[in-house]
Amino acid sequence: MKQIGWLIAVLAVLIVADVAMRRVLSPYQLQVVVLCGINIILAVSLNLINGFTGQFSIGHAGFMALGAYGSAMFSLHIGARWVAKLQALGLPEPIAAALPLLMALLLGGMLAALAGYLVGLPSLRLRGDYLAIVTLGFGEIIRVLILNIDVIGGARGLPGIPGWANVFWVGVGVAAVLALSRNLAHSTHGRALFAIRDDEVAAEALGVDTTSYKVLAFVIGAFFAGVAGGLFAHFLSYLNPNSFTFIKSIEVIAMVVLGGMGSISGSVLAAILLTLLPELLRPVKEYRMVLYSLMLIVLMITRPQGLLGTREISLAWLRRRATPKAA
Amino acid sequence: MSEFLQQLVNGVTWGSVYALIALGYTMVYGILRLINFAHGDVYMLGAFFALFAARWLGAARDPNPALALAVLTLAMAGCGAVGFVIERFAYKPVRRSSRLAALITAIGVSLLLENGGILLFGADPKFFPQIVPPRNIALGGGVTISNQQILILVVSLGLMLGLRFIVLYTRVGKAMRAVSHNHTAAALMGISVDRIISFTFVLGSMLAAAAGVLVALQNPKIEPLMGIMPGLKAFVAAVLGGIGNIPGAVLGGLVMGIAEVMVVGYLSPTYRDAIAFVLLIVILLVRPAGILGKATAEKV
Repeated sequence: MKQIGWLIAVLAVLIVADVAMRRVLSPYQLQVVVLCGINIILAVSLNLINGFTGQFSIGHAGFMALGAYGSAMFSLHIGARWVAKLQALGLPEPIAAALPLLMALLLGGMLAALAGYLVGLPSLRLRGDYLAIVTLGFGEIIRVLILNIDVIGGARGLPGIPGWANVFWVGVGVAAVLALSRNLAHSTHGRALFAIRDDEVAAEALGVDTTSYKVLAFVIGAFFAGVAGGLFAHFLSYLNPNSFTFIKSIEVIAMVVLGGMGSISGSVLAAILLTLLPELLRPVKEYRMVLYSLMLIVLMITRPQGLLGTREISLAWLRRRATPKAA
Repeated sequence: MSEFLQQLVNGVTWGSVYALIALGYTMVYGILRLINFAHGDVYMLGAFFALFAARWLGAARDPNPALALAVLTLAMAGCGAVGFVIERFAYKPVRRSSRLAALITAIGVSLLLENGGILLFGADPKFFPQIVPPRNIALGGGVTISNQQILILVVSLGLMLGLRFIVLYTRVGKAMRAVSHNHTAAALMGISVDRIISFTFVLGSMLAAAAGVLVALQNPKIEPLMGIMPGLKAFVAAVLGGIGNIPGAVLGGLVMGIAEVMVVGYLSPTYRDAIAFVLLIVILLVRPAGILGKATAEKV
């Protein structure tokens, strides 16, 4: 019962936020908000692999690309027809598009999750940096394949994707990945992931099936990266393989590490910070990226454990801060 | 057959460039367990330093071997200095933090060099002066090799032998090997670990600079982002050969160069960037620690 209450509350807040933001914000500001949301989904989902489980993945852009192209193809060829039929019945577009968009996102997510399963399997044999470099290679292979498949536009990109995603849908994605991460962290399965991160050999000795948990982390992380990709595709209406280079993977890693490995709220905070920072630096034009990289270096030197370390900002934590202990 | 031999010559040339860059990755990894993401950008700086040195010396107007050598030396010295500064001011402060913090710092340095390069040199490609005028030499059987390719092969072979000599037969090389085994034990034996790490960065950066100059000779269009892909692939080459292993880096570089040229020649140029990673995944699945890497048993 409590969960359903939460669900309704979150959906209501998101609908209000969506309507309000569309009234108040300029299209540019709206885009920044949506990109923040997409980056939060990416960072929190990568945090499941890198932060919770201690596996080092630098192929997140590959999963995102799979989700983006998979969901876009579904919407272009099947979803768009459904929406047209529903609209003919008199439904307004946002409502008619809800189900097809949801299906496209799930489909994109599942495609990415399948790839996550395939990439997670080598973690059976490979550790640390070797696994990292395989994930990187996977991401690059996906990009080159997309470049070479003509049906999905190749190097020209894929235009004309229905622009169904908005603040509401991105909010749903963010809420889903946050709820799942939080619940996972407090479950048996989450503890198993933490155990693998802290000491793989000890975890195995205590009966944790390390391989299947590592693969599980990859599958869940990849699924949400795929969802983020789907939202990205349906918001921008245009996809280009160049959006999914390993630079994109690295941006997401920077968010996770900067936020503090394993900290969900840290990932959220760093995702917002690293999305806004380049935008806020726009007035200084050519110095923008130089300042961005300098800030990244200085932040890592001064706070190598990340902004939040492994701590979480939660309601309980805020309450404790608000009522200082009596001396 | 002659086409195959021709591709092989091109592949070995291209592979020796990868090998030079890969050596820097593998040495730094061997000593610090750090993936020095900025290494590909040092390679880019090498090409730019050579461009400025060539302009300053007027090497394009009067191409002669002495000036070309001077250009190469200046570029290597410049990048050696850059390598020293990067290690001292960016990597040293995070050396005691987690490896991931160090990795993100390295990524930050890489972005800084790329965007700093765009700011200082401009984003548009620059033409690298022909300090060694190209000439083709027939090897017989329909195979030709350019004098620039010969230069690439000779210089990189020379540098690799030089590196091998330093690492195996000098005191500082012995110290490098000691530090890569164990920092604490090396320090207890009176080795200045900081100085050895600096030396390793300088050495690796100089090799990357040489690679940058050699590539600029053959493909005379240089731009600030030219280091990203070769850097990434050279790193893959280092992993392929077994990271931390110096002969492995050379072998990995050669395998990678030959595979890439063969794919371009016999399949399709668009798959060029993918072959490196396909090869990597296949080899790592068979030999998880690279071709020459030793699989280490985990001690509990």
